[in-house]
Amino acid sequence: MEVQDFEQIFQQKIDNEIKIEPKDWMPDAYRKTNIRQISQHAHSEVVGMLPEGNWISRAPSLKRKAILLAKVQDEAGHGLYLYSAAETLGISRDEMIEQLLTGKAKYSSIFNYPTLTWADMGAIGWLVDGAAILNQVMLCRTSYGPYARAMVRICKEESFHQRQGFEVLLVLSKGTNEQKAMCQDAINRWWWPSLMMFGPKDSESTNSDLSMKWKIKRKSNDELRQNFIDMIAEQVKILGMTLPDPNLKWNEERKHYDFGEINWDEFWNVVKGNGPCNKQRLEARKKAHENGNWVREAALMYAEKRKNRTATKVA
Amino acid sequence: MQYLINYTLYLADTTLILSQRNSEWCGHGPILEQDIALTNIALDLLGQSRSLYQYAAELIGNNATEDSLAYLRNEREFKNLLLVELPNTDWAQTIVKQFYFSIYQLYLFQQLQQHSNTHIAAIAEKAIKEIMYHARWSSEWVIRLGDGTTESHGRMLNAIDELKNYTNEMFIPTAYEVEMNIDLKLIQQQWNEKVNNIFEEATLLFPNKTFSQTGGKTGTHTEHLGYILAEMQYLQRSYPNAQW
Repeated sequence: MEVQDFEQIFQQKIDNEIKIEPKDWMPDAYRKTNIRQISQHAHSEVVGMLPEGNWISRAPSLKRKAILLAKVQDEAGHGLYLYSAAETLGISRDEMIEQLLTGKAKYSSIFNYPTLTWADMGAIGWLVDGAAILNQVMLCRTSYGPYARAMVRICKEESFHQRQGFEVLLVLSKGTNEQKAMCQDAINRWWWPSLMMFGPKDSESTNSDLSMKWKIKRKSNDELRQNFIDMIAEQVKILGMTLPDPNLKWNEERKHYDFGEINWDEFWNVVKGNGPCNKQRLEARKKAHENGNWVREAALMYAEKRKNRTATKVA
Repeated sequence: MQYLINYTLYLADTTLILSQRNSEWCGHGPILEQDIALTNIALDLLGQSRSLYQYAAELIGNNATEDSLAYLRNEREFKNLLLVELPNTDWAQTIVKQFYFSIYQLYLFQQLQQHSNTHIAAIAEKAIKEIMYHARWSSEWVIRLGDGTTESHGRMLNAIDELKNYTNEMFIPTAYEVEMNIDLKLIQQQWNEKVNNIFEEATLLFPNKTFSQTGGKTGTHTEHLGYILAEMQYLQRSYPNAQW
C-alpha cells in the first residue's frame, strides 16, 4: 500500500469516529501533535501542583487542608495517566521530563501566576479548573484512544475540584468583610489569565486546522472561551461578586455574553517566560528532579541486586 | 479525665505534625509515584489526627473543636514527639523518620485497639490498616536505600545518626501514659526487634549508644515547632473567629 492509502484509511477512521490506537498507522504529524499536546498536558498537571501546594501548610482548617492535599495528589495522578498515554506514542517519561526541564516542552501558562492568598485556592478551583474542564470534556472524545480514555477519568475528578473551589469562595463570600475582599481580589487576579488558558484567538492559532480535521480538537479556542464566559458570568452572581470586565454584557441577539479585549501582550509575555513565576516554577521542578536523582538510582540499583540474587538462587 | 485528654492530644499532635512535615514533599518528591505515596501517608495521618482532635474536643467541651485544638494552642501546649517536628533534610531522613514512627505506631495501636476506652479503641481500629501500609512502605524504602547505592547507603547512615537521639522519647512514659495503662516496655521490645530486622536486611545498624532527647510529650519542644505552628496557624490567628 502507498502512504496515500494509509492516510486515507486513517482519515476514514477519524471521520467514522473510530479511535486511533497505539499500533495503528498514523501520520507523523498526528503522532507529533499528540505527543506535544499530551505531554504538555501532563507537565501542566505536575507544574500545577506547585501553586496550590504553596498553601497546603497554611490551609485554614484541617478539613480544608485534607481537601487541598487530596486535590494536589489527584493532579500528580493525572500527570501519571497522561505520561503513560503519551508513552504509547513512542516517547519515554524521562524524555518528556527532560523536555520540560530544558524548556523545550511547555506547560499551561496559568501556573506561572502566584497564589497570594487563601482565596486563590478557591479561584483556581473555580476558574482555572473550570476552564480546564471545558477543554477536557471535549478531549474525552478526542480521536487518539489512550488520550481520550485518560481524559474520562480525569474529568470526573476535575469537576469535583471545581465544585470544591467554588465552595471555598462561597464560604468566603459569606464571611467577614476582609474575607469578601479576599474573594473579590482573587477573582480579579485570576479572571483574565483564565480566559487566556483557551489559547490565542482562532484567527491567530497555528495548530488549529489540522487538529480539527484529525479531531484531536473538536471546538475552537474562541468557542470554548465563549462557553466558559457564559458559564462563569452566571455563577459569579451566586457569589455576589463581580468579574473585572466593564464590557461584560449579555447580548440578546448572539445569546452569549460580550466581553472586553484580552491583553494578548501579557499572554505572549508569559508564554515566552516573563510571567511572575515562570522561573521559580521551573526551578522547583528542576530541584525536585535533581534532588531525586540519587533516590531513583538507588531504587534501580536495589531492583537490579534483587533480580541477580533471585537468579542466583534459582540457578 | 485530664490524662485522657492529654493522651488523646499527644496522639493527635504527633500525627498532625508528621503529616504537616510529610506534606512539604507534595509536588517536590523524587518521582511522581512516590510523591503520591508520601502524600497519601500525610493524608492518612491528617485523618487520624482529626478523629483524635474531635474526640479530645468532645472530652474538653467548652466549644472546643478540632480546629481550635490544632490552630489555637501554642508551642508549649503541643504534645507531639520531637522526632516528628524535625525538619526534612533529604528523602533518606524523611523515610527513617516515617519508619521509626510507623513501627512504633503499629505496635502502639495494636494495644490501643484492645483499650478499655472504646473511643480510643475505635480510632485505633480504624487506623490500623493505614499504619500497616505505612510501616510496609517505609520498611521497603529503608531496605532499598540501605542496600542501594553507596550514596544512598551513606545518606541512610547520616539520617540514622541525625535521628538517633529522638527515638527513646517514644518509650519513656509520661504521667498521662502511665494512667492510660499502655505497656510501653513491650512496644519498645517489639520496636527494637522489628527495626533491627529491617536494618539487617538493609545492611544498616541501629546505633547502640543513644542519648534521649525528651520533652515533646510535655510541651518542651525544639525550636522548629514554633515555625511549624506560625505557618500552620497563620490564617486562624490573623482572622480570629472567621469561618473557612
